[in-house]
Amino acid sequence: MEFFVTLIQVFDSTIRLATPLLLACLAGLYSERAGIFDIGLEGKMLMAAFFSAAVAAVTGSVWLGLLAGIASSLALSGLHGLASITFRGNQLISGVAINFLAAGMTVLVAQSWFQQGGRTPSLFGGGRFTPIEFPFAEAISTVPIIGPIYSELLSGHSILVYIAFLMVPLTWWVLYRTRFGLRLRAVGENPAAVDTAGVSVVGLRYAAVAICGVLCGIAGAYLATALQAGFVKEMTAGRGFIALAALIFAKWRPWHAMGACLLFGLLQAVALRFQNIDLGGVVIPVQVMDALPYILTVVILAGFVGKAIPPRAGGEPYVKER
Amino acid sequence: MTVPAIELKGISKAFGPVQANKDISISVAPGTIHGIIGENGAGKSTLMSILYGFYKADKGEIWINGQQTSIPDSQAAIAAGIGMVFQHFKLVENFTVLENIVLGAEDGGLLGPSLAKARKELKELEEEYELFVDPDKRIDEIGVGAQQRVEILKALYRRAEILILDEPTGVLTPAEADQLFRILDRLRAEGKTIILITHKLREIMEATDTVSVMRRGQMTATVKTAETSPQELAELMVGRKVLLQVDKVPAQPGKPILEIEGLRVIDEAGVERVKGIDLTVRAGEIVGIAGVAGNGQSELLEVLGGMRPGLGSIKLNGAPLALSGSGSDGQARRAQHIAHVPEDRQREGLIMDFHAWENVAFGYHRDPAYKRGIFMDNAALRADTERKIEKFDVRPPDGWLAAKNFSGGNQQKIVVAREIERNPDLLLVGQPTRGVDIGAIEFIHKQIVALRDQGKAILLVSVELEEIFSLSDRIAVMFDGHIMGERLPQETDEKELGLLMAGVAGEAA
Repeated sequence: MEFFVTLIQVFDSTIRLATPLLLACLAGLYSERAGIFDIGLEGKMLMAAFFSAAVAAVTGSVWLGLLAGIASSLALSGLHGLASITFRGNQLISGVAINFLAAGMTVLVAQSWFQQGGRTPSLFGGGRFTPIEFPFAEAISTVPIIGPIYSELLSGHSILVYIAFLMVPLTWWVLYRTRFGLRLRAVGENPAAVDTAGVSVVGLRYAAVAICGVLCGIAGAYLATALQAGFVKEMTAGRGFIALAALIFAKWRPWHAMGACLLFGLLQAVALRFQNIDLGGVVIPVQVMDALPYILTVVILAGFVGKAIPPRAGGEPYVKER
Repeated sequence: MTVPAIELKGISKAFGPVQANKDISISVAPGTIHGIIGENGAGKSTLMSILYGFYKADKGEIWINGQQTSIPDSQAAIAAGIGMVFQHFKLVENFTVLENIVLGAEDGGLLGPSLAKARKELKELEEEYELFVDPDKRIDEIGVGAQQRVEILKALYRRAEILILDEPTGVLTPAEADQLFRILDRLRAEGKTIILITHKLREIMEATDTVSVMRRGQMTATVKTAETSPQELAELMVGRKVLLQVDKVPAQPGKPILEIEGLRVIDEAGVERVKGIDLTVRAGEIVGIAGVAGNGQSELLEVLGGMRPGLGSIKLNGAPLALSGSGSDGQARRAQHIAHVPEDRQREGLIMDFHAWENVAFGYHRDPAYKRGIFMDNAALRADTERKIEKFDVRPPDGWLAAKNFSGGNQQKIVVAREIERNPDLLLVGQPTRGVDIGAIEFIHKQIVALRDQGKAILLVSVELEEIFSLSDRIAVMFDGHIMGERLPQETDEKELGLLMAGVAGEAA
């Protein structure tokens, strides 16, 4: 029974930790499916984390914070779109630039705004997203098995967690059941086909990049206003890159993306829960556990997990030609 | 006098200093097949791109069915009833046929109803025009002929009344091409107007009602097809008399130079591309390998040229060649006097951003004549390039120009000059005149025949049957990694080769 409780607790924090990864991963999915590679997920999340925390701290409203986070992430998306769609620049370089820009600017602005060593004041009350309790969660928490699953695992997360997981079926539906999805997938595979069919390649790609910006914005706001209470320097801690690895692992498919993000979330949760694991004499130090998600990222990015074929036109600016 | 389906008046278009179209006027009658013929770079494709909204003309008017129309983008072209089948298909490879047809012409935001409606309409179109494809197959699962039918269906689904086809037979077998022309006849009978762009005289003569000839951006003539001849059209295209047939004396084959036995090639994906072939090429003869692209010819050339490993036995002048590991690379092959004009000159024959003189050194950069101590002797290299440029009439005669700034024909002349001037025992030639204009074709063919007459062995791979016929002393047909049969050009015809190319074995195969 004690083991079961531990299990529920680990899974519960898996969901919390997987949420920002999932949002960022789906953000990347929209962008990359449209043929725009985005390694700037990290930077957009970081920027959104800062602005959401800053605005929430100043106004006391987490919703205004969320909006500010989304707006700041969208601005960076616009920059990436301008560089890689309009000016046909190199998408990797633009993404790297955005990451640097966000890393530097957040700390700089935070310091000059709040004078707290590059962080925002701690958020409390209306400045944070609070857990949503499902009906009867308290009542059935004592029912064996089902009780804890319902009241601990499913209930008691912030609204953003539910939004993130609802985005998975929604993304699947948009991608495979709507006109927009068909065109989005087509423009990432062969923009010339879309262009000659009389549909704007530029318009589609900007739309995809904008959706990416909104989702990254939510991811960043979640980090600073729900998972934690305020912004600290470099608080994304590579989550944008882990999300990218999850996206490749998932081969750019929404349901698989959820699976991949839950796996990474689980690794992070295990590292948090079990600090030093004693395997009959051999102690695995906490650093190894902390490093696990990153090691898995490297393994995936190095291509050890099967062959992932990215959208064919990914990374290539579209130039009209015959 | 009926109203023309398309009328272009005084169309001009310049790209920088290059005048691609100069004051072009053309009138196409409805319900006819109108051919546009011209060499590469004559401006045919530019003109059609203007008509399909890819480029905007600097000057001129477009009239569709008697109404002046402006076509700023492809959407406007589609709205005006124009459909285009590009030379390189604009299909999404991992989408189904149905999804490709619907893309951009959906009804409403949801996909389900659009696909259902398209499926129904597709069935009607298929029956009306005898254009059969399986709507649920993915594009990468169907052949090029079927892919082309998808492109035509795409245009018809968008209610195109005017259909433009750009070099449509480049990727087709003779049988598939015949089928295409039957479809075009059918479309014409239903009242559609068709513009056929090609550089193949035969297709113009067979399929069109009227033909316009373009040369250097200008429309030089428009004639009724029934009232002209291939010879006349060729002259109009090039601006001078050209030999459509290569002049050559009968071959005097000597001792075997290249002997291939049981050659097998397995590619990176583990697919067997060449499935055990035997072939001999003698001194003083040209052996032509015919076949539809992708039946193992490329892999055969690549093994011989040292670009990929193979299994089996290959002898050159009686001595075995290494087929894998050390001694099997391009460097070793060149040392063994095998020269190679690869199939794709832009990817394998040249580095497009490098100067012509640098490209002349490739593969032979260790030649002592190009070296001074440990350094390259660039002056000697440039002098050698000058000589080759003059001998092969490369235009413009400027060794400092980057390879990409030469026309296709002149790029190919640079590659051919580099390889032939090495005086090899065996010359491998892949698609020597792909994307090369008629004048340069004539020149390159002459050089190949001249090398043969010096007693060298030549292995030619080409998807152009005309080229195979005019150059080869012996023809081998490849299908699905096998040699289906060998024929003498004077004892066979296009029909028989076409059957062999489609995998139908001949009696003596």
